[in-house]
Amino acid sequence: MLQQLGQLPMGWLLIALVAVFGSAAFFIGRVRAERLLVSTTSRMHSRPNYHGYYVAMWATVPVVIVAIAYAIFAEDLTRSQLTRELPSSFARLSPAELQSYLESVRMAAGTAASAGADRVFQAITNRYLELRGLVNTGTLVLLGLLAAGGIFFAQRRLHPNFRARALVENGMQLVLFLCAGVAIATTAGIVLSLLYESLLFFQKVSAWDFLTGTRWNAQTEAEFGALPLFFGTFMIALIAMLVAAPIGLFSAIFLSEYASPRARAWIKPILEILAGIPTVVYGFFALLVVAPGIRTAAIWFNETAIRLGLASEPILAAQPTSALAAGLVMGIMVIPFVSSLSDDVINAVPQTLRDAAYALGATKSETVKQVVVPAALPGIIAALLLAVSRAIGETMIVVMAAGKSARISMDPTSDLTTITVQIVSLMTGETGFDDPKTLSAFALGLVLFIVTLAFNVVALRVVKKYREKYD
Amino acid sequence: MDTTQGTPAMMDDTLTLPRSADGAQRIDCRNIKVFYGQAQAIHDVSMSFPDRAVTALIGPSGCGKSTFLRCLNRMNDTIENCRVEGEILMDGENINDEDVDPVLLRSRVGMVFQKPNPFPKSIYDNIAYGPRIHGLANGREDLDAIVEKSLRRAGLWEEVKDRLTAPGTSLSGGQQQRLCIARAIAVQPEVILMDEPCSALDPIATARIEELIDDLRSRYCIVIVTHSMQQAARVSQRTAFFHLGNLVELGDTNQIFTNPREKRTEDYITGRFG
Repeated sequence: MLQQLGQLPMGWLLIALVAVFGSAAFFIGRVRAERLLVSTTSRMHSRPNYHGYYVAMWATVPVVIVAIAYAIFAEDLTRSQLTRELPSSFARLSPAELQSYLESVRMAAGTAASAGADRVFQAITNRYLELRGLVNTGTLVLLGLLAAGGIFFAQRRLHPNFRARALVENGMQLVLFLCAGVAIATTAGIVLSLLYESLLFFQKVSAWDFLTGTRWNAQTEAEFGALPLFFGTFMIALIAMLVAAPIGLFSAIFLSEYASPRARAWIKPILEILAGIPTVVYGFFALLVVAPGIRTAAIWFNETAIRLGLASEPILAAQPTSALAAGLVMGIMVIPFVSSLSDDVINAVPQTLRDAAYALGATKSETVKQVVVPAALPGIIAALLLAVSRAIGETMIVVMAAGKSARISMDPTSDLTTITVQIVSLMTGETGFDDPKTLSAFALGLVLFIVTLAFNVVALRVVKKYREKYD
Repeated sequence: MDTTQGTPAMMDDTLTLPRSADGAQRIDCRNIKVFYGQAQAIHDVSMSFPDRAVTALIGPSGCGKSTFLRCLNRMNDTIENCRVEGEILMDGENINDEDVDPVLLRSRVGMVFQKPNPFPKSIYDNIAYGPRIHGLANGREDLDAIVEKSLRRAGLWEEVKDRLTAPGTSLSGGQQQRLCIARAIAVQPEVILMDEPCSALDPIATARIEELIDDLRSRYCIVIVTHSMQQAARVSQRTAFFHLGNLVELGDTNQIFTNPREKRTEDYITGRFG
C-alpha cells in the first residue's frame, strides 16, 4: 500500500498534507485555548485564534521547508542510488552520457514507451520507478511525523500566559522573509548559472573575439563574432524608440496637461491595453501586415529611383522581414511604457509650478515646454531608459519579423538579427551542454542581462533622485 | 456712476474713504460672483483697489479671499468648472471680457503664491523667464540689467549676486519667496497679488518680506491675502474682511482694527471666531 502511495502525484499529496495538518492544528490549538479560557480565572495573554495559528505554524512551516528540500534533492537521490545499482557495463559511459541515459529513463518511466524497449532498459526503468516511489513514500511519512510532532510540541506549550500573539507575529515575519528570500535566491541562482555557462563558453572562444568579431555563424561554422547581433539589437531598439519616444511622450503630455478628465478616463486605459497585448500577437502583426507593407514601399522606392535615373540598381534591400518592421511594431509595443510612466512623473510636477508660469503670463504650451517638461525630465528620461531595456530584451516580435541574417547594415529594410533571436534559435532543436553553440547562448544572455540591468539601474537611480527633489 | 453696488456697509466706505496718494483706483471690481460648479464661493462683491497702496484681504479659512484674489489675474481660468461673473475694470477695460487675453493680463498683474515656487532652473533663469517670454529685453545686457534690478528691488541681490547660476531651489525658504517676488517684478507689472506669501516662512523671513512689501508699495498696487491680522495691520493701508464669500467690511486698516463697524469684523479681529 505504501508502495502505491509513492506513485501518486507528489505535488497534490504535499498540498493536501499541509492543508489537512494545518487546519487540524489550528482547531486543536484553538479548542485547547478555549478550554484554558474557561478553566482560568485570569485574563489570557492572547486570543484563542492566535493559539490556533501558533500550533498551525508549527504543523506547517517545518513541513514546507522539508518539502522544498524534497523537491530539490529527490531526483538526485533516486538517480545516485540507481547509478550504484547499474550493471558494470555502464561504467564506461562518460558522466554526460550517463546523465542523458538517466534522463531518458526518467522520461520513459511509467509510460508505454518503456514497454517496446530492450530488456535492460525496461528493468532499469522499473527499478527507477521503485526507487522513486520509495523516496516519495519516505518523504510523506517523514512529513506526516514532522507535522504531528509539531502539533504535539506546540499544543503542549499552550497556557493562559502563553504569548502566542507575539510569536505568531514573529512567525509571520519569518514567512514573509522566506518568501522574499526565495525571490532573491532565484535571481542569484539564475545569474550564477548564466555566469558559469558563459565562463565555459569563454574558455572555448575568446571573449574579445566574441565581443568584437563581425562574423556570426554559430549554427554551422562555429563563428562567434557577436557584433552583428549587438548591431541588430541596437538598430531595432533605436527604430523602436524613434517611434515610442515622441508618441509616448506627447500622448503623456496631452493626457496630463490638455485632456479633460473625461477624455483622460477613456484614453489612458486604452493606451494601457497596448501593454496588455501579448507580444506574439504584435509579432504576427509585424510579420503579416507591417513587413509586407514595408517591402512593397521599398520596392516602389527602388523602381522609382531607377526610373528617375537617380540610381542604376536598387538602393534598398526590400526584404520580406526587416529591421524596420520589427522596430516599428516594437515601438508601438513600448508606447504605453513611455506614456504611462511619463504621465505619472508629469502629474507629480507640483501644480504651484504651473501656477507660477501662468501667473507670469506664460501660455499653456510655454508652460508645458519650459516648466513642466524640464521639471519632469529626469522621470521622463527614466521612462525612456526602461522602455529601451524593454525593447532590447523583447524577443517574440524580432523572432517573427526581424529575420535571421547576422549582418551589419544601415539599410532598415534589410533583415537583421538580434541577441534574443539568436538565443532562441540556439536553444531550440538539438542541444548539448558541452557544445560552444549552446554555450554561446548563455554568453549572449549574459550580455543582454548586463545591458538591461545597467539601463534599469540608471533609470531607477534617476527616478529616485527626482523623487527626493519634490517630496 | 458709483463703482459699488455691494452691501450697504461698504457703499459709504468707498464714497467717504480718502483715495490713495495720486487718487487713482487701479482696479474696480463690480458685482463679482464666483461659482465652483453649483457652489457659489463669492457673493456679489464690489470693491476697488487703490494704486500705490497695499490692500489686505482677511477672513477665516474658506471665506473666499484667495478665490477673489485669483479673479484679479484670471487664474481661476485654469481651474476646471470655475465660473466668474461680474466686471473687473483695469484702465476702464473689463478684464473678464472675452477678447481680453489672460496671458497679457497676467503680465500686468503679477502674483506671488503661498508656498515659494521657484522653477527648477537657475536663479538667473527664474527671473529672466518672464522677460524672455514677453520679449521685454533687447539682448543679453538688457536682460542682465532687468535681472539685477528685479533682484535689487526684491532685496535679494546682495545675497545671490555671486551665484546666479545656482538652482533657485537651493535658496532658503525666505530667499525663495523673495526670488518669486523678484520674478513677478521682472515682468514690470502694475499690480502684485500675494496669496499668503509668508505662511510657509519663519518670523525672520516674514519680517523681511513685510519690509519688502512696504518698499514695493511706492511703485505698485499690492493686494495681499493673509491669515495674520498683525501682518495685515503692519503692511496694509486698506483692509477688506471676507466671511462666507461675502465682503463684510472694507475700510482704512486703522479704522478696521480699531473701530470696526460690523459686529462680525469685530468678533473676527478680536479672535472670537475664525
